[in-house]
This record gives sequence, structure tokens and C-alpha cells, in this order.
Amino acid sequence: MSSPSTPLGTRVGLREFHSFEAAGRRYLYLVPSAAVFALDDCSSAVLDSLANGPRPVDDLTNELSGRFDSVEVGDTIVELQRVRALADTTVSTLPVPKIIPLKAVPLQTLVVNVTNQCNLACTYCYEYGEDKIVDTENGKQPKFMTEDTAREAVEFALRESRENPHAHITFFGGETLMNFNVLKSTIGYARRRAAEVGKEIDFSLTTNATLLRPDVIEFLAEERVGVTISIDGPEEMQDKFRVFNNGTGSYAIAAPKIKALLARHRSRPIGARVTLTRQTLDVRKIYRHLTDELGFWEVGFAPVTTAPGRDYAISDGGFDHLLSQFRDLAGDFLKAALENRHHGFSNVRETLQELHHGHAKAYPCGAGIGLMGVSTDGNVALCHRFAGSDEHKLGTVQDGVSWEKQQEFLQSHHIASKTDCQSCWARPICAGGCYHEAHTRYGSTNRPNLHYCEWIRGWTHTCLEIYGEIAERNPDFLRQFDDEEVPEKVS
Amino acid sequence: MKHLTPVNRKAARVEAVTKDFVALQQPPQQPEPPHIPNGCSLVFSPGWEADRNGGTAGLCQPVERDLFDCHMGCFWPAQVPDQLNHAPDWTAKCAAAQKDWRKIDLIFPDEKKK
Repeated sequence: MSSPSTPLGTRVGLREFHSFEAAGRRYLYLVPSAAVFALDDCSSAVLDSLANGPRPVDDLTNELSGRFDSVEVGDTIVELQRVRALADTTVSTLPVPKIIPLKAVPLQTLVVNVTNQCNLACTYCYEYGEDKIVDTENGKQPKFMTEDTAREAVEFALRESRENPHAHITFFGGETLMNFNVLKSTIGYARRRAAEVGKEIDFSLTTNATLLRPDVIEFLAEERVGVTISIDGPEEMQDKFRVFNNGTGSYAIAAPKIKALLARHRSRPIGARVTLTRQTLDVRKIYRHLTDELGFWEVGFAPVTTAPGRDYAISDGGFDHLLSQFRDLAGDFLKAALENRHHGFSNVRETLQELHHGHAKAYPCGAGIGLMGVSTDGNVALCHRFAGSDEHKLGTVQDGVSWEKQQEFLQSHHIASKTDCQSCWARPICAGGCYHEAHTRYGSTNRPNLHYCEWIRGWTHTCLEIYGEIAERNPDFLRQFDDEEVPEKVS
Repeated sequence: MKHLTPVNRKAARVEAVTKDFVALQQPPQQPEPPHIPNGCSLVFSPGWEADRNGGTAGLCQPVERDLFDCHMGCFWPAQVPDQLNHAPDWTAKCAAAQKDWRKIDLIFPDEKKK
């Protein structure tokens, strides 16, 4: 049987994709499917010949006839049409449908803000600093979550996880450990209740490490609580922003406690989460310090969330600088991956995982879908960053969330509603970026974060190159991502 | 595929679901025309509300055919005495409508049955 071919008069043109090179080969990242294909010489030549616009198939075949057999070119055109890298330009392509879930999605992660108080006074903090959403000092919410509310949050998490056999609770703050007693009793209660309803439950928390007493460390290790430490790097960087109320830095207090935690708590990998600012942009130095000197297994970096014009906000030039540093460190990750060694740059790992699965996101994250945040009084919001904000409230842990509100949110935040993103090749992986960042920057959660588009495209391109390189030279390394669910980051 | 190699998991799925590319290339099937109770149009008897393709041009003529079909064949709830239940002999004297149409009389409610 002869293979199907495209009629010679058909005008074919390029559709949406981003091409990149790795390990001496050319690859396509297709948009919006997020599929990654490697090209051979013929398919690469066909794409190049169409770079200046659509052309009839016979024209194309003639041009390439000196280099490739016409049957080969015909087959290639069919294959490129199959994966939607090419299309018949006379047939209009259907827009990607805007599909909204018909019923509530099971909750995967509930972030419980057990307190909105903190023993540090980091100047850039989104909860306390200049860009805060909720007044945690004089507001209506209790400063600490009560045991009763925490138990209701557990019930909410178990109930809303619906058919999902797993539930996950992340404790957050303020400084989470300022309400350690409630956290401790809640974990005991949640384990009991989960066993009763036949579900698995696990826990994690984020802390600034200053309150990690030996008994706390013991408890976290025994209960296998996942721990993320907020820390900005070596002493001089940590102490720039992460300070106590009186302005003294927190490094001297935090560092020995972190070492004690890492020495005792071996049941789950412990990661550091770094906030990058204009003043602390030395990524490699921070990484080296946190892994080699303190002993963290993984380090994740995130630029500070801020309104433009703040002293610590990263400028456009700063983002370029940041990207080149990320690329440097990502190079180390690649070297390690090719030798099957662990490397703890978690930003690369997370992006590789998403690229490996080929997720094409309709929403930038799980907020308001599989992830929600609870404030100290039991109000449920999109995520922990909005917990306590009436404007972003979806319900309460006692009465549940409103499906109408959730639907409204899903309608107005779908990638199809973000006009600016429609021409961007990175939209399957970015989908407009963090709602909280958009709210801080532009005053609205449904705006795409246009201030870091270049950064996202640059970083995604780098991760694609790394992905292609590993896929070609050490494909077994990628197997670790095969069945793994992509976890939600909480920071 | 020979010229493209799927690399990530999504690409493998794209390759799997587009295997039958010839079928995918076919223009979509014409949708079924709306279902219309075609009635007597099967025996070529114009005078119905829609023809077999759903068209409405040139209906309800000639009036004689409409009258006879409603009386005999299709029991359409028209303003015509129906043969099956109430007026079995209404057209008994009308062998050819063109010639005998005057013999079809009016029917009045049966006084005795009241």
C-alpha cells in the first residue's frame, strides 16, 4: 500500500512551534500540544523552506529534489501535518476549545496557614511587606489558628479530596512553627481520621528554621513531614532581607538549626527555597553555599514577588543577568544528569518533569482547582497567598467551597482568555504565570505576567535544550519522571 | 513515522492517536438531514409540510391530492373527514376527483348519536 500523500497543489504553511537544538540534532516543541519531536535532515529542510511563508507542495518538492527524493519529501510533509507542525493553509484551523471542568476537581493539596504571625520581618515579604493583600496586624482574623479550625480544615481536605485516595496538607504561615502545638495535634488528628475514611495522608511545611528546637526536629522526622526552608543564601545575603524585627539578621540563628535538622531528618529530602532580589542575584554562590556548606538536597529559586519600582524588585536587566546565571547552573545539572549523579537545582528538575510529560496547561497552577489555601479563621481562598482575602474567597472549611465561584474563576482565568499569551510559544508551560504575582503587579489575578515573558521563554528554551541533550545521550535518566505526578510548588 | 522521532510522552501520544492520518484528513461527514415524517412523499404524493429533504417550496398543491391523502392514506389531523374512523364512505361516489369532485358532500355531526 502506498503511503498517503498531500495533493501537489496544496499550499502548506508552518503552524505554531518552537525549534531548538541539542546534541547535534534539531527538535520541535509543538504549540499548543507541548509534544517534543526530533527532526531528521529532510523534515528540517522542509521547515526551512517554509520559513518565508506558505508554498504549494510541488514547489517545495521541486526545490528539495536535488537533496531528497520526492517520495521522501512527500512523506515528511504528511508526518509534519500529522503532528500539526504544518497545515494546509486554505483550510482554517479550529481554535483550541476552552474546556472547563464540568464538576469540581478533587483537592490534592490544602495549604493551611496555621498563623499569620512571624518572628522575622523580611522586608520583601508578600504577607507583611509593602505589597500585602491582607492586614494581618490589625485585621479581623485571629493571629493563630485554633485547634478546632485546624480539625475542620482536615475534614475539609479529606472531604474535598473526593475519589482521590490521597490527601496532602501543607502547613504554612506566617512562621508555621509559631503555632507548633496546633500543628502537632492536627497531624495526629488527621492521621486518625484519614485511617477511618480509608485514605492516605501526608504532610509538609515551610519554615524559616529559626524555631527548629530539638523536639520539633524529632517530631518532624518521626512523622515524615516534608520540610522546605526559606533561606536566601550565605550570611551576607540572608541577612540583607531576612531579619528580625530589630533588624538583626537571622542567619546565625537559622544555620545551626538547619544543620541539626538535616542531620536528623532523613526520611524525606529537605529543600531550600530562595527568594531572589536585585541585591542577591548570585545564583551559583547561593547554590554552592546551601548544598555544599549547609547540606540541602535541593534548592529552588524564585524571583521576589513585588510591585514594580520597589528597591528589591528585579529590573529587566536583572532578569537577563538572572537568566545567564540560571543557565550556568543548569549546565552543571546537565553534566550531573549525563553521569547519573544527583544535582539539586530543583527549578531544572521541575521544568524537565513538565516537559517530559508534555503538559499543556490551561491554568498556570492548581490554585482554586486542586490546591486551596486556608486562613487562620477557616476561610478558603485560591491559595495560601490569598488566604484571608475576601476578594479571593471561595468558601470556608466549615461550609465548603462554592462551585459557582470556582467555575467563575475557571472561566475568567483560562489560558484562552489571556489574549497576550495567544502568540507565545511558551504558553503550554507558563499559561500566564502566578495569579498572586499578577495581582501584586497589575492588580488583577487574570492578567498574564508580562514583565517576565522574556525570562520564561529564555528559561524554557534552556530547559528544552537540556531535555533534548539528556533524551539523546542518557534517556534512562528521564524514566524517573515517567509515572511521577507533578507536585504543586507551595512558596 | 520515519522523519520525526517522538521524544517526550506527549509526542508518543500524538503519534499514537494520529496513526490513521488518512481518516483524519477526510472532510467531516455531512451531518444527517433533519428527520422529517415524510409520510406520503414515499409514494409521490405532494401536499405535505416538507419534502424529503426538508424543503418547503411548492407544497400543498394540487388541493385535490392533499384532500384525498389526508382522507385516506395518512390520517393527518387535517380539516378533512377521515376514512378510517368516521367517514368510510365519503368518497364512495367520487371515482375520479377531476370529474366527480362535486359528489363529495359536506358532513354534519350525527344528530342521533348526540
